[in-house]
Amino acid sequence: MANILAVDDSSSMRQMVTFTLKGAGHQVVEAADGQEALNKARAQKFDLIITDVNMPVMDGITFIRHLRGEANYKFTPMLMLTTESSSDKKAEGKAAGATGWIVKPFNPDQLLNTVNKVLG
Amino acid sequence: MSIDLEQFHETFFEESFEGLDIMESGLLELEQGDVDLENINTIFRSAHSIKGGSGTFGFTAVAEFTHDMETLLDQMRNGERKVSADVVDTLLGCVDVLRNMLHAIKDKSEIDTVNVAEMTQALKDILGADSAAANSSAAETQAGLAVKGWQVSFKPYEDIMKTGNDTVRLLRELCSLSDSYEVFVDSEALPPLAEVDAEACYLSWRINLLGGEVSENDILDVFAWVDDECDLKIETLAEDELYVGPERRDDERREPARDDRRKVDRRTSSAKGKESSSIRVNISKVDELINMVGELVITQSMLSQFGEDEKFNESHIERLKDGLAQLESHTRELQESVMRIRMMPISFAFQRFPRLVHDLSAQFGKKIELVMTGESTELDKTVLEKIGDPLVHLVRNSLDHGIEAPDVRVDAGKSETGVIELRAYHQGGNIVIEIKDDGAGLNKEKILDKARQNGVISQDDRLSDEQIYDLIFRPGFSTADVVSDVSGRGVGMDVVRRNIRELGGTVEVDSKPGEGSVFTIRLPLTLAILDGQLVGIGEETYILPVISIIESLQVKTENINAVAGNAEVYRLRDEYIPIVRLYHIFGIEPASKELDEGLLVVVEAEGKKIAIFVDDLLGQQQVVIKSLETNFKKVQGLSGATILGDGTVALIIDIAGLIELYQKDMAGVVVQIKGGGLAA
Repeated sequence: MANILAVDDSSSMRQMVTFTLKGAGHQVVEAADGQEALNKARAQKFDLIITDVNMPVMDGITFIRHLRGEANYKFTPMLMLTTESSSDKKAEGKAAGATGWIVKPFNPDQLLNTVNKVLG
Repeated sequence: MSIDLEQFHETFFEESFEGLDIMESGLLELEQGDVDLENINTIFRSAHSIKGGSGTFGFTAVAEFTHDMETLLDQMRNGERKVSADVVDTLLGCVDVLRNMLHAIKDKSEIDTVNVAEMTQALKDILGADSAAANSSAAETQAGLAVKGWQVSFKPYEDIMKTGNDTVRLLRELCSLSDSYEVFVDSEALPPLAEVDAEACYLSWRINLLGGEVSENDILDVFAWVDDECDLKIETLAEDELYVGPERRDDERREPARDDRRKVDRRTSSAKGKESSSIRVNISKVDELINMVGELVITQSMLSQFGEDEKFNESHIERLKDGLAQLESHTRELQESVMRIRMMPISFAFQRFPRLVHDLSAQFGKKIELVMTGESTELDKTVLEKIGDPLVHLVRNSLDHGIEAPDVRVDAGKSETGVIELRAYHQGGNIVIEIKDDGAGLNKEKILDKARQNGVISQDDRLSDEQIYDLIFRPGFSTADVVSDVSGRGVGMDVVRRNIRELGGTVEVDSKPGEGSVFTIRLPLTLAILDGQLVGIGEETYILPVISIIESLQVKTENINAVAGNAEVYRLRDEYIPIVRLYHIFGIEPASKELDEGLLVVVEAEGKKIAIFVDDLLGQQQVVIKSLETNFKKVQGLSGATILGDGTVALIIDIAGLIELYQKDMAGVVVQIKGGGLAA
């Protein structure tokens, strides 16, 4: 089972993601913005990062760009939570080093499918 | 795995309402010409979060509505659209609609679709109809047709793994689409071992998927994340190329997901409107609590040692006393900490006012600046929730009746813009909220005329300024020349006073002609605990709120006067104060009915004083108020009950209610209690 960092400024989304992933036996650590996530990712190693894009303090793409640059996270899968309409964001996120994305709105099953996919 | 999303709804609503408040205050700032990108970003983020959450939790109507708002905000933050009063007003309207929608969903009631449609149209008018249409069609992607087999050439770029993508995973996922497949590896590009960069990808693959159940979109989906990090070629396999499946596999595959969402919707609407309310607490308050409990446990274990010690003797008494003293202080601190958990900053009640003042001043053609101070002052959550409406009424009142029209102000030599000030601060065990305006002030003559007309006072009553101003809190009292939409319906100030009184608070007004008025609200910090004075009457113990006690005195018989019938008054210095025999009102047997054998406790509520006759004063302590209304029924003259240290129940007297009771009791006799006791 994997150690996952879930980043979202919306606490209901965080709750939902955490609940779903924990239900599947994963360990989950939450962060409410990119900066907090970065600090937590530096404090311990995660197997998977799931992050929202639009957040205060530090947005998800900046967070991914920073984290991807760190030796510990060179190959770690990092997924963005993004809405259908923002195809620019997908490209921007990819350029910053994101592995892929989960399109919002998503349901718990879709989330788990994607997570299982990247964790192999 | 099936997860009930409803468990997250409460949090979603809570954060969405917070988000709406943030949007609202942000928009109001924009309106003041303060175009700051970070502010627009914050507004955008709130809208975006609400959209994301509502989509996820199945509130599609909300998600759709927010979508257009988000588009508009996105244009604003990209500088594609200028911030104009029109745009801000429309967005403010959207915030209202959104708030109503969320409330409706939360309360499981009907959404006002007319309102939503109107606002959606207003948004679309701004955006231009074409962009909305383009957006919705973008979601419709062309569904691929099923064919017999596919040949996929997948040639990743060297850097593909640096975004966390794993080619093996992609291949595995691709192959999982079909039961039958062939994979060929091309290792041509692999350099000699010494030159290999372990982090690069040199291999490429060719995969033949032989099952006929796979569509091109399924394959594209697999590679969606890496389509700009590889060369991908998808071709139909030569044999059976002409075969075109009758059904669209792709549509069928998506069907279940949509079904799920519908199921969630149905569950949401069928669930009964169950109330659940939660409170957000700063983590430091919880830590403090845990810390206190820790201290308490230590004290407890220290004290329990005395119980185990068989050779307990006098030498231990000092330490036992120390322990008990510690226990007391810890209990008190614990109590305070617990109370603090319920405390929330008054900004929650204040935050609606910028919007209110904005809307109303436009409506009345007045110019008003709102100044708020002490927003971080904390008070009990229940008090906070209930003080909202009275505050709105008072602010509306200041705006409508207090502040003059701009031309009138200029004529009076004042600035065109009026100022309304909301101020909150702590004073003693109370929280004080002031609503101050620099308007015309209360018109004494008008108030007196009106009061005489209504028979509230008689022609020749002489009242102090204070007493005149206080008249506006009488039922049915309104001096507005024109009954306006906002205030002046005749119900008003008396309701304000009653609501505040129900919270155990008071409201007063002070005014200076030409300079303005100040309404001062005083509220207890909490509704759960009261500083009580225990008094004994016969076998019973009653509790008087310490805050309303002025003094206690021994009766000098020469100061007792009997007025008409059985009404008695006591002359205290220059005042005559009605004597209320509590045993008589509550129908119990006192130790003595002779006034000089007991004590008089002079109490005051709403400017009226009475002297309560009791047998004895027993002591003061903090008592926890248990509601009579929830446990029994509302009883006039009592505000609740409490359990004393010895386990007996004592009733808590509601002074204002008691005064009313007493007046009813004396109904035959004309006893009118006025400010400061009976008029001499």
